[in-house]
Amino acid sequence: MTSPHSSHAAPQSFWRKYVFSLDHKVIGRQYLDLSLVAVTTGMILSWLMRLHLAWPTRAIPFLGVLSPEATGGIITPEYYLSLMTMHGTIMVFFVLTTAPFAGFGNFILPIQIGAEDMAFPHFNMMSFWVTFVAFIVLVSAFFVPEGPPLAGWTAYAPLSAVGKDSGPGEGWGQTLWVISIAIFCIGQLIGSLNFIATTLDLRTKGMTLARMPYSTWAWFITSVIGLIAFSVLFPACILLLLDRVAGTSFFIPAGLVISDRLQPHSGGSPLLWQHLFWFFGHPEVYIAILPGFGIVSHILPAVTRKPLLGPRVLIACMIAIGFLSYTVWGHHMFMSGMNPLSATLFSVPTLIITIPAAIATLLWIGTLYGSKLRFNTPALFCLGFISVFVSGGLSGFFLAQPAIDSYLHGTYFVVGHFHFVMGVAAMFAIFAGLYFWFPKMFGRMMNETLGKWHFILTFIGVYCIFMPMHYLGLAGNVRRYSTFTVDYMKGSIPLHRFITVAALFTGAAQLIFFYNLFRSRFRGEIAPANPWQATSLEWTTSSPPPHDNFGGHHPVVYHGPNEYGVAGREGDYIMQTSPEPEPVAAAS
Amino acid sequence: MTSLSVKSPAAPAQTGVLVGIAAITMSFAAYSSALIVRQGASPDWLHFTLPRVLFFNTLVVLASSATLYVARPRSRATADPAGSGAAVDAPNLTWLYATILLGFLFLAGQIMAWRNLAAQGLTLSSSPSSSFFYLLTAMHGLHLLGGLAGLLYVVYRVRRSSPVRAVVAYKAASLYWHFMTVLWLYLFAILATRI
Ligand code: HEM
Ligand SMILES: [Cu+2]
Repeated sequence: MTSPHSSHAAPQSFWRKYVFSLDHKVIGRQYLDLSLVAVTTGMILSWLMRLHLAWPTRAIPFLGVLSPEATGGIITPEYYLSLMTMHGTIMVFFVLTTAPFAGFGNFILPIQIGAEDMAFPHFNMMSFWVTFVAFIVLVSAFFVPEGPPLAGWTAYAPLSAVGKDSGPGEGWGQTLWVISIAIFCIGQLIGSLNFIATTLDLRTKGMTLARMPYSTWAWFITSVIGLIAFSVLFPACILLLLDRVAGTSFFIPAGLVISDRLQPHSGGSPLLWQHLFWFFGHPEVYIAILPGFGIVSHILPAVTRKPLLGPRVLIACMIAIGFLSYTVWGHHMFMSGMNPLSATLFSVPTLIITIPAAIATLLWIGTLYGSKLRFNTPALFCLGFISVFVSGGLSGFFLAQPAIDSYLHGTYFVVGHFHFVMGVAAMFAIFAGLYFWFPKMFGRMMNETLGKWHFILTFIGVYCIFMPMHYLGLAGNVRRYSTFTVDYMKGSIPLHRFITVAALFTGAAQLIFFYNLFRSRFRGEIAPANPWQATSLEWTTSSPPPHDNFGGHHPVVYHGPNEYGVAGREGDYIMQTSPEPEPVAAAS
Repeated sequence: MTSLSVKSPAAPAQTGVLVGIAAITMSFAAYSSALIVRQGASPDWLHFTLPRVLFFNTLVVLASSATLYVARPRSRATADPAGSGAAVDAPNLTWLYATILLGFLFLAGQIMAWRNLAAQGLTLSSSPSSSFFYLLTAMHGLHLLGGLAGLLYVVYRVRRSSPVRAVVAYKAASLYWHFMTVLWLYLFAILATRI
């Protein structure tokens, strides 16, 4: 009876086809396009910050014209914070949440489970457009009087709650920020709901949970985490919004004087915001990274031509991470006046959560071990992912000890940590996924040579940017400062210049990627249905897939996705849809 | 054309509502823990007597759940809405209308409660207790509006005489509606004990 698409054949009108499309493939691409715009915006903001850090007294050409807040092109400390806030918010929400989860998840998940579309195509369309509106609202903060907010992507109260008095951008800018994030929550909630219902109910015949590809598992677990996390961030945003516009005092304490004005609020709790925010915030970092786990685990067997090591263990690890991610939020608040006992209580699960993450890493390395790796671009980005995830994860061990964190908190050490483990690792997973699935999405291959150059230059670049930050942090370089021209921090300026040059260099390397992306879209080599000799369902259908994904027939699944390295036959792999019996040799 | 899904077509709607219920539960858990933390944070919590009309509203919302239950499709064939061609009874329209009416009555009652509070000079920003009162009732009311939209959709399906789809819609909408009732009982308990 009513399967999602039987009610509408392939749409004909332009609007239904490309704009208000119900097709999960179009929606997935829309999400990816949005995050491409977002990541470019975020990157430009980061260059402005880096330029200012390296040459604090030099005017940045044209900046004075573009933003009246930076008089004469010199970035003021306040404007620096505004740039930082917008950079962080755009990157965390509109890139790291949007691309690996909503973007690839939308395009690939229904195909991987053999469905024609998502369970609720209308909701799906809504979730994208809601997210789009959230982005527009956020970016419009650049164009209101006094510019964007400066309270950071974490929007700590009372700074974020009291309004204009707390600094430029804290009037309209911060209000737009709160509204944007609240809207974003709604989009993600609808999206997560859709992912969960689709995975549970629309799997094709034979697609048991145990036979689901790891990427689908990861998106499924991520959507469960997201459902809970965004359900808490949304109320937090509502409370903050009320404090700002309706005179309530949820987060603003009594007797607070800011800019010589007694704030007309009483009795609120700033810590309450931190708790609500980090209850969302820590799981959010796993929302950003778990799809990466899935993408890498999905690609590795195809490039090593070996079954993934311990697939059940991997899924168990991801589930464990999902649960544990809700027990550790306090490690962001060690320095917020927490008593030592609570600090210890949050420190222990923080250390425990490293165990499943470490096991997953070992499984990937074990899969790589002794394999005949095909060094194509997706493989390289998987290796890069593992490398930066380990580099960033190691620093997490240090930060997890309250005693050490009391020194490192609020320094560049933390900046290095989360950029590696969250920013760069997730970006590498996005790149791996894009190079891997691009042929499926557009029917053309991306250029391998350009891809390899893109990888090598980016890989070197990000290490040059973020590795020295750990050193800076140990040396006492505090974060969220716009200049280091005073006293003991002066000595760090040469290193900051090096980082800035590396950042510009890495940014330039992305031009190779953009060129490759657009060129391959129209000129790339025509892609076969299964260019990587991979086993999962998306490779059984044409590239790109037809409107209903499988051209009117319904795939039947006989195997898990892990049948690689099968000896004694022509191909060394078995498609999930192949009815042949499971060979004993594949069990290795 | 046969469905791709392994389970009956009712499954996604049902799953969707259950997942939605989980999300809403979580968000109200967040509001309530905020309430508890905020009440303990400082001595500016103003206790006031809840408007009487809330007791009446509680009865109304309970009654709406009852009428919705009475409206359920009776025939045994409905146990499997996917069952090909089996005769299916649609949900009862009269009782559906009664439920919808009670839903609107409840909302009107909540607005009366607000006016009652405002008449006492208690606004959204007077005290954290009144802030939470307005906030929780408003949030519940908004979610209930969604439930009403769901019920209206069921009515639409019944009137379009597509009983199978009407039954699927009824199941999903009533699951949500009963959850709204339970949620209100929970909120009423919180408000009664804390404020
Ligand atoms: C190996 C396990 C990990 C441990 C033990 C760990 C530990 C920590 C700790 C203790 C902090 C607080 C530092 C401070 O502010 O003083 C922190 C910050 C942070 N971590 Fe991790 N972390 C781990 C993995 C991750 C992962 C996987 C991600 C993202 C995918 C991530 C993203 C972040 C972010 C974004 C922050 C900074 C937030 C801010 O204050 O702006 N971490 N980490
Ligand atoms: Cu954390």
